[in-house]
Amino acid sequence: MADATIANPSAPLATPRRLHLAGWRKGVLLLILAAVWEGYARHLDNALLLPTFSATVIALVQGFASGELLARTATSLQLLVTGYACGLAAAAALTAFAALSRWGAELLELLTAMLNPLPAVALLPVALLWFGIGAPSLVFVITHAVLWPVALASYAGFRAMPRTLRMAGRNLGLSPLRFVAEILIPAALPQILAGLRLGWAFAWRTLIAAELVFGVSARSGGIGWFIYTNRAQLETANVFAGLLTIILVGLIVETLLFRSAARATVQRWGQEQ
Amino acid sequence: MNTTGNAIGAVTLRITDTEPLLSLENVTLRYGQGPAAVTAVEDVSVDLTAGDRLVLLGPSGCGKSSLLRAVGGFQPVDAGTIRLRGSPVGKPGPNRMAVFQEFDQLLPWRTVLGNVRYALQRGRGLDRAAADARARDWIGRVGLARVMDAHPHTLSGGMKQRVAIARAFALEPDLLLMDEPFAALDALTRRQMQDELLSLCEQTGATVLFVTHAIDEAVRVGTHVLTLSPHPGRMKGLATIPPAARQRGTAAFAQLEAALQAGLLGEDNPAAEGRRHG
Repeated sequence: MADATIANPSAPLATPRRLHLAGWRKGVLLLILAAVWEGYARHLDNALLLPTFSATVIALVQGFASGELLARTATSLQLLVTGYACGLAAAAALTAFAALSRWGAELLELLTAMLNPLPAVALLPVALLWFGIGAPSLVFVITHAVLWPVALASYAGFRAMPRTLRMAGRNLGLSPLRFVAEILIPAALPQILAGLRLGWAFAWRTLIAAELVFGVSARSGGIGWFIYTNRAQLETANVFAGLLTIILVGLIVETLLFRSAARATVQRWGQEQ
Repeated sequence: MNTTGNAIGAVTLRITDTEPLLSLENVTLRYGQGPAAVTAVEDVSVDLTAGDRLVLLGPSGCGKSSLLRAVGGFQPVDAGTIRLRGSPVGKPGPNRMAVFQEFDQLLPWRTVLGNVRYALQRGRGLDRAAADARARDWIGRVGLARVMDAHPHTLSGGMKQRVAIARAFALEPDLLLMDEPFAALDALTRRQMQDELLSLCEQTGATVLFVTHAIDEAVRVGTHVLTLSPHPGRMKGLATIPPAARQRGTAAFAQLEAALQAGLLGEDNPAAEGRRHG
């Protein structure tokens, strides 16, 4: 009787067939959306306002073939990864302090309540004053965009840890740092992953917005700047190609990075379905 | 046989006369502070010698789990002292391993083997190879060798409790703390686990503090049963379970069960009342 529940402990919960079907439906929906776009753009017949889907795809392919879009994407991603890493390091320090002491917890609650609602782009003027025009200013605002959602989610994860699991961990007489690293963080991993995902989305949006504001003045801009310059030159198909690139990068990171990270950890451990 | 305690209240109940392993002296536990404070346990004194299995038996609200958590160091003591081998207990430590009622006491990100091995490495300071060998041995002893590499969420409730029991026994603590470990299991599994626990205890000579509200469980696993009254938890009586009465279905088992039930349902006995007023 008990054997049935453990017959194959490593069997995935969701059947591959259902996942496959879900992907298939999304594919059909995407095709329909593309067809609607193509049809409406042809009907409108104004390439300055709305280029057709096919023109956008051609612009996208040409942009990547010439290497320009690829270089722009690389510039943006480099900034993003730098800012993301800074934000994560700050969030880790802050939440570890919050997990270990009441003062740290109060500090984290106060800071997140004050600074989380502040849009990262609103800090851009200050960043320009402090760091001048260039990469450091962008890294600063991205750090701000990542830090608060990640810290907030991780701390919520720490607090949501079941009392029994907490007691079972304390029972081993671990040092505070070991307790955080070996019990608290893995136990809070579902929320931490959700925070990382949210932080990623915030950082990506902030970067593009900041690049659009910087626009003309940055010497070698990223995708935001690519969109800005092409709008100025009325190359609307290129503007849409830039937007598609942003979407594509977001999708790739979401599915390749975050989903496989969740599948390898919290889903495998039954902490998340 | 002493089923309803005559020595109740401030008088220490001595289970035996030899040097106690665990000693509770006039222990009082409260929740909250000031006038709103609620007393969970009042003036409990009892001694355990190595090899004793003391069952704290009582209805919900008698503070039996609070008392167990205080012995484990998970909860502060408001008055009185709890001593283990003569020195007051402090923070939680691997010398008092706890098994809880809830199924989420295993680390979900570690396998069955990983859970026990990790506890041995951190709690006993064993190196990986030694911890691995001892963990495998104990998992085998609770009959889970087949699921050594499974993650806890793929196991049934009874299996999870078996892993927690294996983990607690593997660390060879001075004292095992069991907080209604079988309360969330179905009746059949519960009986089976009681029998297995009894045989593990008899093999190892472990000293156990066991909390339950089930009278038959108390008679089955304990060498002694301390009954507590609710709101606040006060000692009602101490019963010694003779080995012969531990067999289910015997007349002695049924008699003890009935006596304990009568003791739990009855009002505070006159002797205790008299002492309180005089």
